[in-house]
Amino acid sequence: MTDNAAVSWFADLRITDRPTVGGKGASLGELTYAGIDVPPGFVVTTAAFELFLKALEERSPVRALIEPLDETDLDAVTAVSKTLRQRVVEEPLPQQVERAILDAHLALTGADMAVPVAVRSSATTEDAEDASFAGLQDTFLWVLDAQDTVARVRECWGSLYSVESITYRRKHGLPEDGVAMAVVVQKMVDARTAGVMFTRSPTTGDKSVITIEGAWGLGSAVVSGEVTPDRWVMGKITGEISVRDISEKHIRQVPAPGGGIVDEELSGDMRTQPSLSDDELQALRTVGRKIERHYGRPQDIEWAIDQEGKLLLLQSRPETVWSAKAAAPVAPVIDDPLKHVMTIFGGRQ
Amino acid sequence: MSEPIKGFPLPSSLKVVPGTEAAQAAFPYYTQFQPGDDERFWFYNSMHFPEPMHHFDMITAEAAYVALGAFNTRVHVLPTAKGIDHRIINGRVYIGGVAVTDSDEIQERVGEFQQRAFYYYEHWEELYDAWKVKMKALIADAQALPTPSLPKYEPLETTHTGKGVAANHALLDIYQKQIEGYHRMWHHHFEFLLLGYGAYMTFFDFCKKAFPEISDQAISRMVAGMEAEIFRPDEEVKRLARRAVELGVDAHFTDGMSIEQVLADLDKVGNAGKEWLGELETSRNPWFNVSSGDGFYHYHRSWNDDLSLPFAALPGYIDKIKAGTNIERPTGQLIEEREQLVADYRELLDTDEDRATYDQLIGLAHRVFPYVEGHKFYCEHWYTNLFFNKIREFGALLRDNGFWAKEEDVFHLTQYELESAIVDLMLSWGIGSPPRGPDHWPAIVAQRKAAIAEWGKHGTPPALGQVPDAIDDPAIVMLWGITRESLDAWLSVDEDAPSNELKGFAACQGVVEGPARVVRSVEEISRLKQGDILVCQVTNPTWAPIFQKIVAAVSDIGGSMSHMAIVAREYGLPAVVGTGSATQRIKDGQRIRVDGGRGIVTILEDEPVLEDA
Repeated sequence: MTDNAAVSWFADLRITDRPTVGGKGASLGELTYAGIDVPPGFVVTTAAFELFLKALEERSPVRALIEPLDETDLDAVTAVSKTLRQRVVEEPLPQQVERAILDAHLALTGADMAVPVAVRSSATTEDAEDASFAGLQDTFLWVLDAQDTVARVRECWGSLYSVESITYRRKHGLPEDGVAMAVVVQKMVDARTAGVMFTRSPTTGDKSVITIEGAWGLGSAVVSGEVTPDRWVMGKITGEISVRDISEKHIRQVPAPGGGIVDEELSGDMRTQPSLSDDELQALRTVGRKIERHYGRPQDIEWAIDQEGKLLLLQSRPETVWSAKAAAPVAPVIDDPLKHVMTIFGGRQ
Repeated sequence: MSEPIKGFPLPSSLKVVPGTEAAQAAFPYYTQFQPGDDERFWFYNSMHFPEPMHHFDMITAEAAYVALGAFNTRVHVLPTAKGIDHRIINGRVYIGGVAVTDSDEIQERVGEFQQRAFYYYEHWEELYDAWKVKMKALIADAQALPTPSLPKYEPLETTHTGKGVAANHALLDIYQKQIEGYHRMWHHHFEFLLLGYGAYMTFFDFCKKAFPEISDQAISRMVAGMEAEIFRPDEEVKRLARRAVELGVDAHFTDGMSIEQVLADLDKVGNAGKEWLGELETSRNPWFNVSSGDGFYHYHRSWNDDLSLPFAALPGYIDKIKAGTNIERPTGQLIEEREQLVADYRELLDTDEDRATYDQLIGLAHRVFPYVEGHKFYCEHWYTNLFFNKIREFGALLRDNGFWAKEEDVFHLTQYELESAIVDLMLSWGIGSPPRGPDHWPAIVAQRKAAIAEWGKHGTPPALGQVPDAIDDPAIVMLWGITRESLDAWLSVDEDAPSNELKGFAACQGVVEGPARVVRSVEEISRLKQGDILVCQVTNPTWAPIFQKIVAAVSDIGGSMSHMAIVAREYGLPAVVGTGSATQRIKDGQRIRVDGGRGIVTILEDEPVLEDA
C-alpha cells in the first residue's frame, strides 16, 4: 500500500501494515495473503483519520483540548468527550476521504444495495488488552448502504474520544500525537452458524487440541455471551472429537430488516441440535492448523459458516494467556534415557 | 484427607452360592479366601476371566501368577510391587497386589531393578530374537508329544530294545511334560511383558503431561507396530480369498455355506480345488493357531479347530476382490501415518529438552512394541491351543475308559485331580483290573457342571476389601488399567445416566447407527450380515476378518489399549469396549448408535427414526 492512501484492500495488506491499518485490518490482510477464505473488504487507514483530524484541528483545536485534562476530573473529561464525539460525527469529511470510502464501498458491494457490510474499529495499539481497556472495540453489523457506512466509520473514530478512552490515555500519559484509528469495512457473512476457535486448550494450555464454540446465526451472540454455544474439543492432529457439549440454544442473532441485528427466539429441534456437522468441525480444524502454522503460534479465531455452508474466517489473533507463561520442560533431562522408566516403575516420587 | 467413600464388601461377607460348596472346596486350598484377606484389597479379574472358571482352566490363572510373581518379585525386581496373589470364589478369580512400602527396601530394589531391567532394554532386539527361538522350540516340544494311548500289550520292540519303560508310564510323562511346558510358556510370557508395557507407559505418561488432553488412542497410534504376528491370520484369509478367485473356485464360498461340504466339493473338482486345499493347509500351519477367544478358557478354540471364522470372512473378501476393491493392508501408508503423527506431536512441544526426551521415549516404545503386540500369538494363542488340545486327548482316553461321558468333561477336574485320574488308569492298565474312576468321577463332573451354571447366574462384586489410598503397583495399573480413579468410579453408581445408554472405553472414533447382532460365541459369527453392529462379550484381534462386514463393534470387556481396540483402529471401525453389560442389555436386532469417540452406546429402539439430514 502507499503510505498515505485513505483506503487499503485486504489483498494488499500484510501483518507488518499494522501501524496504518490496525491489528484487525492487518490480520485480515495476512489471512487473505495466506490463502484463507476471508470475506473481502478494505480498511479506512490511519492516514484517512489523520486527514480528517487535520481538517478538524484547522477549524477548532482537538488535541489541545485533551492534553491538559486531569483524568480524575470526570466532569471535564465528559464535557470534552461530548464535544469531540459530536464534531467527529457531524463535521464534514475531507472530500478525498469521503470519496475513497464511497468508491471502495461501491467496489466491494458492486452497487448492490442489498450487500451488507460490517464496520469495525481496528486499533493500532500492539496489545489487544489495551485496546479493550480503552474502549476501542466498536463493531457495527449489517450496515446496509454507503452513507450509513461512512457514518459508522465516523462513530468508530469517535470512540477514540469516549470518556474511557480519554481517561485511559491521560492516566497512562500517552501523547495525543500518536492517537489514530483504522476502521475495517468488510462484506457481512449471513451466518448460519458462527463462533470462535482456540488452537490450544483454554483450560489446560494443551497445544494438541482445538476447542471450537459455535451457535446458530451471527457470531456476535457467542462473542457477547448472549447464548451458551455448543462446544467441541478435538485432536489438532488426529481430528478425534473428544468432547461434544451440545447446549440449549434459546436464541440466534439474525439481520434486522432495516439494518443491524436482532435476537430471534429459537424453538423446536434447533435449540438442541448441534450447530456444526462433523465435516464442518474437521474443516475448521484444517483452517485452524493452517493459520497457526502460518503465524507459528496458537491462535484465537472467529469464524462463520454462511447459508451455503461456506466457511469464512473473520478474525485471528495470537493466544496470549498460556503463551505468556514460560514453558518449562515436561520431564527433567536425564543423561540415561532409560531412567525415565522409573516414572512408571519407581512409584510415587 | 478426602471424605471416606463407600467401601467394597469384605471377602468374608461373600458367600459361596448354596449348593455349590463342594465344587468351591475343590479349588486348591491356597486359592480359598482366609480371614486375614479382609484387610487387603482384591478385585475381580473380569478382564482375563469374565466367566466362571472350569476347574481345569484355573491352571491359566495359577501358571500365569506363578510366573508373573517370579519375574516381578525376583527376576526384574520391580521396586514398588511384588507379585499378584489370587483367590477363587464361585468360580471367579479375584486378585490382589503385594506392594513394597518400606522405603529402604524400595531403594534396594531400585538398584537391583536398574541393573536387570535396563540390561533388557539395552539388549531388547537380541533378547527378543532369542525369545522367539525359545518359544518355537517349546511349541515344537509340545507338538512332538504323542497322543496318549494304552495298547493291549506292549509292542514287541519294547522288550527287544530293552526300553524298560511300559506304555502306562508314557501317560504320566506326557501329562507332566505338558503341564511343565505350560508353566514354562507363562515364564517366557512374563520375561518381557512388564518391561515392554512399562516402556510404553513411560511414553504414554510423558505425552499425558505434555498434552494433558491427548487421547489414549492418539498415543497408541503413535506406537502401534505394523508387522505384528497378530495381523497375519487375517492376511492369510485374504490370501486364500485371492487364490480362490485366481483358481476359479470362488463360487464354492457363499454366506451360510457348510464348511465340510465345501471342503469335500473342492477335493472333487480337480486340480484347482486340490491346489486351494493345499493353500489352506499352508495358511493353517501356523497362522490358524489363533484362538477365537483370548485363549484363557479351554472352549476358546482356534481357527484350526473350528474354521467358522475364517470361512465366514471368505465370501466378503471374494466379493471385494472381484469388484476390484483393494483389500491389502496398507502397511506403507500406515507407517507413513504413524511417522507423520509422531512428527506432528513433536512439533507441538515447547522446548528442545522436551523434544530430546520425546525422541528417547518414542524410540524405546517402538523398540519394545513388537513384543507387546506379537507375544500373544505364540503364548496365548498357539501354545495355549496345543495345551488344551492335549488335555482333550486325555479327556478322550479317559472317556473311552468309562471315566465320563464326553471328552470335554475332563475340564471339570483340577489339574491335580486329572493327574490322579491318569494314575488311576495307569494302575488299572497295569493291574489288569477296572479303574475306580468310572464310579468316582461322573457324579463330581455333574455336580461341577451344575455349579458353573449356577455361578453364571450370580453376579459378583468388582472388588472386595479395603480400598487403598493409591494404586502404586505398575502391574495392576498397566495390565488391568486399575487406578484409584477407576475404583472411585466403581463405587459411585451414575444414577443420572439415561437407561438406554451404556458407557465404555472409546476404542476407535466414529458415530454409526445400525442393527445390533449379539454374538455370544464364535459359532454365531456366521449370523453377521453386512452393515451389522457386532455386540459381543470379549472381542478379540482374531475376529478381525469379519470386521469387513460390520460397521461398528461393542464389547463387554476390554480396555482402550486392548488388542481389540488396536485392531479396530487399524480398520477404522468405530468401537466401544469394556461396557460391562452390552450383551445383556442390548437385544439382538435392536437399532443402536455407537459413538466410538466418546465411548457411548445408545439403544435407539424406542426412539423415532431420524430422517436423513
